[in-house]
Amino acid sequence: MTDNPHVQTNKRDKPLSRMARFKISLKKNRPYYVLMAPYLFLFFLFTILPVLISLVLSFTFFDLLQAPRFIGIQNYVNLFLHDEIFIIAVRNTLILALVTGPLSYMLAFLFAWLINELKPKLRWFMVLIFYAPSISGNAYFLWRLIFASDMYGYANSILIRLGFINEPILWLENPNYILPILILVQLWLSLGVSFLAFIAGLQIVNPELYEAGAVDGIRNRWQELWFITLPQMKPMLMFGAVMQITQALGVAVVPIAIAGLPSVEYAGHTIVTHLMDYGTIRFEMGYASAIATILFVLMLGTNMIVQKLLRRVGT
Amino acid sequence: MALPNVETPKKESLLRRIKRYYRVRRKKRMNRTLMGDIGPFLLLIVFGLFSAYPLVFTFANAFKPLDEIFMFPPRLFPRNWTMDNFGDLFNLIGDSWVPFSRYLFNTVFITVAGTAGHVLFASMAAYPLAKHNFPGKTLLFTLIVYSLMFAPQVTLIPNYMIMSFLGNIPGVKFIDSHSAIILPAFAFPLGLYLMKNFMQTVPTTLLEAARIDGAGEYRIFWQIVMPLVKPAWLTLIILLFQQLWTTDGGTFIYTEHLKPLSYALGQVVAAGIARTGSAAAVAAIMLIVPVTIFIINQSRMIQTMSHSGMK
Repeated sequence: MTDNPHVQTNKRDKPLSRMARFKISLKKNRPYYVLMAPYLFLFFLFTILPVLISLVLSFTFFDLLQAPRFIGIQNYVNLFLHDEIFIIAVRNTLILALVTGPLSYMLAFLFAWLINELKPKLRWFMVLIFYAPSISGNAYFLWRLIFASDMYGYANSILIRLGFINEPILWLENPNYILPILILVQLWLSLGVSFLAFIAGLQIVNPELYEAGAVDGIRNRWQELWFITLPQMKPMLMFGAVMQITQALGVAVVPIAIAGLPSVEYAGHTIVTHLMDYGTIRFEMGYASAIATILFVLMLGTNMIVQKLLRRVGT
Repeated sequence: MALPNVETPKKESLLRRIKRYYRVRRKKRMNRTLMGDIGPFLLLIVFGLFSAYPLVFTFANAFKPLDEIFMFPPRLFPRNWTMDNFGDLFNLIGDSWVPFSRYLFNTVFITVAGTAGHVLFASMAAYPLAKHNFPGKTLLFTLIVYSLMFAPQVTLIPNYMIMSFLGNIPGVKFIDSHSAIILPAFAFPLGLYLMKNFMQTVPTTLLEAARIDGAGEYRIFWQIVMPLVKPAWLTLIILLFQQLWTTDGGTFIYTEHLKPLSYALGQVVAAGIARTGSAAAVAAIMLIVPVTIFIINQSRMIQTMSHSGMK
């Protein structure tokens, strides 16, 4: 009864009261916004804004000298219909990603699973061994020595000694070998953050679940893996997938270091190296932005699909 | 007649013993076969060698005299340990007009500043996201998760444009300065993601107790939450350190005396066979620092990773 007039004034001043509520909420939460401000400012400046700029510029012709000129979807048309090298780059990227992505993901899990059963000291050592390549800086330069084209290259010298070949193979000059070598090197250094996440995930699976599973008729390790371990680790599996997919589709540093830019007959050319070619060498920024946008859609799309699939694990 | 009689039970007993061993084990744990025990070990050994050999070899090369580096067939460990390669390296880069110490300083500066800023900013942003509710929280964290899903290469070119545009503001310099590498590193999404997940493990009751005792949010963050999430910021340090330590400045830094060590390594390696010894020395330096930091912090990093899951 006494509330009635109060409610009515509230109704009349609704916009104002919402404003007031917003102000109160802002005041109450001010420390949180203050704490987040520096990070978010830089995050928007260097991550969100660039994606938007990239999207906009992909519809323009822009060479950094003149103002961007709107040309519609011409960049995309050129990429897919007139740029044979881009098609090669897409093909190489997909081959690299389809081989190294799932393979390194599964190897990371397999090794984590096997290592998890070792004694703590040995486990510590094995984790170090498998994780080290991904943090070893530019140690992949060594693969250049292994696949050096003269007969002192380690691969060549071993093959010659074993009598498989008579003269050295030009590993990094022969388009047929470049992609397999890149896959090998990429696999070598791909056991990264996701591998550690798997190790950690396996350690926190509740051991009682295994006993309960044994009672419920789980007979071997494979069933144990599928029905208990994997569902328990689903959050880590999804996190690991994001890391591996992003890495697998963004391959660029290794091809440039090992095969060069441009590589022989573009055999080591990927979407990202194509992007670097146009963005940092030719300065065709509109075109490069179109490549970046395609890469963005490809990465995000693949991630979303895989996330959907992984949600079904163990169900 | 007697011979087979004697032999068969012997054979059977050995077989039976193995069988019995596995029957006993089966009762204790999930059933296992002999292959199930040996197979994984072989696998780990083979792939472990594949993983470690190149690194050990790279590292050992730095301590070999030149004739051993070129020795054929190559040996893993040097016969005569020497520090000559490091001396050659210092002489080589000492002769160039940018001293070696300058490259080293650039790398150390970029790495330390970038890592410190990232840990601080990401923790500050992670605390509200992990422990409080406020308008816009879900949206912000969703944006962070989505930004994990694409590689930084996507933003490479617009970043360059943004930086050169910001360079028009007096007193602001991005292009051709260390801040072009350092400032974006402050806002890498992975660090915030891991930190936020880890901070969620801090008990809310603890924060409430502090609030009742009169502590403000900033004090709670700095004096209660930060010490509790030490494993997480050590993890962030490793991740950032490894990323920044290997940066070569890319397209952002072109003045020679601002370039980092990784760039110098590229130059030394590119100079070809005459500098193999020096190149091995640089490779060892590049390699040993991040690996050492990981060796020290492995357990803390795994502790952090146990909260890395996505829902």
